Amino acid sequence: WGGLEVPLGGRVGKQSCCFRVKNVLVKLMINLLICFSSQTFDKILIANRGEIACRVIKTCKKMGIQTVAVHSDVDSSAVHVKMADEAVCVGSAPTSKSYLNMDAIMDAIRVTGAQAVHPGYGFLSENKDFAKRLAAEGVTFIGPDTHAILAMGDKIESKLIAKAAKVNTIPGFDGVVKTAEEAVKIAQDIGYPVMIKASAGGGGKGMRIAWNDEETREGFRFSSQEAESSFGDDRLLIEKYIDNPRHIEIQVLADKHGNALWLNERECSIQRRNQKVVEEAPSTFLDQDTRQAMGEQAVQLAKAVQYSSAGTVEFLVDSKKNFYFLEMNTRLQVEHPITECITGLDLVEQMIRVAKGYRLQHKQEDIPINGWAIESRIYAEDPYKSFGLPSIGRLSEYQEPLNLKNVSVRVDSGIEEGSDISIYYDPMISKLVTYGATRGEALARMEDALDNYVIRGVTHNISLLREIITHPRFISGDISTNFLPEVYPDGFKGHQLEAGKRRELLASAAALYVTVQLRSQKVLSPTPVERSHWELCVQLGEGCYAVEVVKSGNVYNVEVDGGTVEVSGQWNLASPLLPLSINGTQRMLQVNANTYTHNLGFFGVLSKLAAQLNSYMPEKVPEDTSSILRSPMPGTVVAMSVKPGDTVAEGQEICVIEAMKMQNSLTAVKQAKVKSVQCKPGETVGEGDLLVELE
Amino acid sequence: MAAFSVARRSRGLINGLKVSFRSSGQLKHGAVAAPLLQTSLHRDSRWYSAGHLSVKERIEAKRRAALAGGGQARIDAQHKRGKLTARERIDLLLDTDSFVETDMFVEHRCSDFGMEQDKNKVTHLPEVIFYFFNIIFCLCLFCFSQDFTVFGGSLSGAHAQKICKIMDQAMKVGAPVIGLNDSGGARIQEGVESLAGYADIFLRNVMASGVIPQISLIMGPCAGGAVYSPALTDFTFMVKDTSYLFITGPDVVKSVTNEDVTQEELGGAKTHTSVSGVAHHAFENDVDALLNLREFFTFLPLSNQDPAPIRECHDPSDRLVRSLETIVPLESTKAYDMLEIIKAIVDEKDFFEIMPNYAKNIVVGFARMNGRTVGIVGNQPKVASDEYVVLTPPPPFCCLDINSSVKGARFVRFCDAFNIPIITFVDVPGFLPGTAQEYGGIIRHGAKLLFAFAEATVPKITIITRKAYGGAYDVMSSKHLRGDVNYAWPTAEVAVMGAKGAVQIIFRGKDNQAEAEAEYVEKFANPFPAAVRGFVDDIIEPSTTRKLICSNLEVLARKKQVNPWKKHANIPL
Repeated sequence: WGGLEVPLGGRVGKQSCCFRVKNVLVKLMINLLICFSSQTFDKILIANRGEIACRVIKTCKKMGIQTVAVHSDVDSSAVHVKMADEAVCVGSAPTSKSYLNMDAIMDAIRVTGAQAVHPGYGFLSENKDFAKRLAAEGVTFIGPDTHAILAMGDKIESKLIAKAAKVNTIPGFDGVVKTAEEAVKIAQDIGYPVMIKASAGGGGKGMRIAWNDEETREGFRFSSQEAESSFGDDRLLIEKYIDNPRHIEIQVLADKHGNALWLNERECSIQRRNQKVVEEAPSTFLDQDTRQAMGEQAVQLAKAVQYSSAGTVEFLVDSKKNFYFLEMNTRLQVEHPITECITGLDLVEQMIRVAKGYRLQHKQEDIPINGWAIESRIYAEDPYKSFGLPSIGRLSEYQEPLNLKNVSVRVDSGIEEGSDISIYYDPMISKLVTYGATRGEALARMEDALDNYVIRGVTHNISLLREIITHPRFISGDISTNFLPEVYPDGFKGHQLEAGKRRELLASAAALYVTVQLRSQKVLSPTPVERSHWELCVQLGEGCYAVEVVKSGNVYNVEVDGGTVEVSGQWNLASPLLPLSINGTQRMLQVNANTYTHNLGFFGVLSKLAAQLNSYMPEKVPEDTSSILRSPMPGTVVAMSVKPGDTVAEGQEICVIEAMKMQNSLTAVKQAKVKSVQCKPGETVGEGDLLVELE
Repeated sequence: MAAFSVARRSRGLINGLKVSFRSSGQLKHGAVAAPLLQTSLHRDSRWYSAGHLSVKERIEAKRRAALAGGGQARIDAQHKRGKLTARERIDLLLDTDSFVETDMFVEHRCSDFGMEQDKNKVTHLPEVIFYFFNIIFCLCLFCFSQDFTVFGGSLSGAHAQKICKIMDQAMKVGAPVIGLNDSGGARIQEGVESLAGYADIFLRNVMASGVIPQISLIMGPCAGGAVYSPALTDFTFMVKDTSYLFITGPDVVKSVTNEDVTQEELGGAKTHTSVSGVAHHAFENDVDALLNLREFFTFLPLSNQDPAPIRECHDPSDRLVRSLETIVPLESTKAYDMLEIIKAIVDEKDFFEIMPNYAKNIVVGFARMNGRTVGIVGNQPKVASDEYVVLTPPPPFCCLDINSSVKGARFVRFCDAFNIPIITFVDVPGFLPGTAQEYGGIIRHGAKLLFAFAEATVPKITIITRKAYGGAYDVMSSKHLRGDVNYAWPTAEVAVMGAKGAVQIIFRGKDNQAEAEAEYVEKFANPFPAAVRGFVDDIIEPSTTRKLICSNLEVLARKKQVNPWKKHANIPL
């Protein structure tokens, strides 16, 4: 009879650090069938994870190329690993030990015999050393040549090159800033506001906006720390910050023979903390002349650095349609699918062809703008906290909206039901792309797709996305990079129901409650008594609404809020999606709670009697949150600025939490003495964990 | 059947008077009813002198007084405490207009200490309200609700007699009893008669145990002898902040042991659901508790003669649960949440957990599979056993300890008594070692869980998700204890102990321990040793678990197994 035992090793040893080969024969046959079209590579290694790895593998499969996935140990059963023909474990969970681990990835290339590497985006995609090492081993890097990465990867050098290539640039300091004081001086010279950003940066990391000297100092400190941890390079630069601009970028595609094309623009103005949330192509703002001018400047820049492969030239566009070069991303962008939708090109395929040395298949006049495409980035994050703070968890239920009848919905994802969203990697769940002949059609499909997207187990931002794409300002195209803070100055508080919609929601809740109650009677032995008239109370937020339901068959006539709503539907109570018809309009209802057992929380239905009696129930005293600091998100404590006994002023920094490579400063909400400190730097904390107690 | 006929007849009388029962039903909230009633009484007295009230009028007057409870002032006081009156509670618990009240005319018989006057003053008040033939979701049950507004709900002889009557009826018919307790304790004025009343109730609780489900919902104070009735019932639920259970209150505790303790600390809902394990669940308030009790009730059969109830099910029985393929982490020392497995497998993620805050290293509760109620028992790798929390770092997975064994055993015996199939999810590295456990009697308490599983004759399905080590493997509904269907996931490891400990014994003195461990892991850290011997029936893909359990339950519904005749077994208490 054994007591407690701790087995060492276990299955870890068996499954990691090995690769598998499957379907080799089938693949060979497909290869033989396809090879005469245009021979590229036999085998490509994808040095990435998640949706982009899956995206690249899909095109490889289409082209008959074998694929090799690399993965960290926690990713060993990830979707990209299952999709690839072979998979190699390159280390443990932290990205620096696995997806950034060049030695292990080079080993994987040698072991599998991959002839080329697609880096995806992020990780090693713009790493010149990686490109060099590949070149040294004779392995093709599917991306631009090292010199282009080098030139464009450095924001200071890229600006000088752009200037020389007659591309419009932003006024600013063209050099590395060494100290916070120097930063302040430069900022004063250029004039506030200024943007402080990592020289090696991208994706909004290591980027801060400063409106005064104090913010400049603070921004300098954070940006250099973030730049160090994200890119291993803490050099910063400062430039004039253009207030209220649009972020519009031009996709370029170039070959190794000096040909370059511009594949139209992408409007990426909807951002939070400089990270894109909703993108569309084309932009509602550009006229053909501006589009052409931007496209031509982008191609000039690409030619100036002998660019090959797919790349993106980002511009800031002010309200007078003046545009300024921001940076060039020498990789495939996250939002590339919308360009693919309107041009009909497969960018990954083009990248692979170009890498092999083929000439471009198209001429500039062959590049169309067909229809309209919109992309929503579905993130595992809480949109109610500064438009999205990372959330982690396991996708206990996951259903992509592919059940919709039209085929114009594309979901690029690298996860499935049961996958973990961990603190180690980007919290993006998927990219939801809809396409239509017109913008209106694409938007309507997006709304439908968001309504039909089922995600349980992690907090997600679908509510915010739906709010953005249905906002009148967005619909009219009146947007800028400040859209979110302008529209929601006090932060996103969820959808605000107008009376008609609220009535519909109350009625649906009541009809559903009746269905659930009647189902509870359907036990085998006794015969249920059919009741057709119900008096209920629906609680919504603070309010409690009296509702009367008359049921006949599957139709519920609900008297609510001074109006009658007819709800009909026959529901499968086990399904997360409950389609219903409200006054003849088809709607999709999702019930978030795990069960239908009643809930006196934010939204619940009670019988009239229970609601009356509920008024006698005592209020529960909530925890006093002003004197405790809890972690708003899961992450790692980077710095703790206080110790027990210290007195902190209102707004003073207490500690810094790093999550998903973003550093977040937590401050005191009142002046108080520190009672106790419950964590130390380096520690991993969960959402809601107690960090510091104040007196 | 006396009580039953009384109730029926009285209803007829009322109807004859053309005072519809329905209208008195509408006035059943004392709060609304009392002032109206007084005026109407007043009006009546103009027509009849006090001595000449007709029997019909007297019935009516008494009924109205009974509905008013302890009077408006006391009702208001009850509401101010955040509590509902006895009648309001009943209205909320039961289906609308579905109940038949009995013994409305019973009154107390005590005339000492001024009780006689009191009786005159407030005329005759039922101190406890009974409902006969009550219905929740069209299922019948019996229930009583103590009225705190009448003499603080204290238990008199008559009060006890009413409870006994209802329990006798419930036993005759074979339907559950729900008690809504809100009582200050024994009625001191009545002396031994009140004590006798308690004992009568206790006896009935014991006789009914295992015959009909008995549920106690503690909705106010419950002290002294009164606590043993809830303790004898199958489930004790409490209301947070307004209910207390203790043998002696804080004052007596202070005088005897000199401990300073508040009511809440001594016997509040938090104490009993997380420390003592006396209560099985705590709810936010009266309304929350009663509505949840309704939901809970739908899981239970009416008596031990009935099969587990089957409700209409919308969740496909052959649903594949893909998310389970990745739930068990690759590192065998890493934790995961057993509740996720349970919720993913059962109908509509609907799992009513029993004792969610006590001995969290074992999860027990009710759920449905293809509509049929099942009892679920699962080890919880996410939680270290209570005692281990003090160790740093705590072991990443749980063992069986004293508390979890007792919690599991009681639940398994309830399921067995009431024909509810048991599904067991196993991930257990053994029993918890240490002096605290040994001195506490882990041998004796662990044996309870073993006893309960071995004795159970209901369908038993076991799924080994990861570890099943040592004695704990045997205990957790193994094949050897008459498990009907035992499955292992590919991640299962069935062995006497983990690799490290085993290697230290088998290969004592061998230099290369790491190699020996690897050999042991290769040989034992997998489901094959158990599978080749037939101790697990199959190694299954996790995603097919729901489908297999549902089809097995369908077949096992026909299972009939009888233990040898005995007066009763002698479980190691």
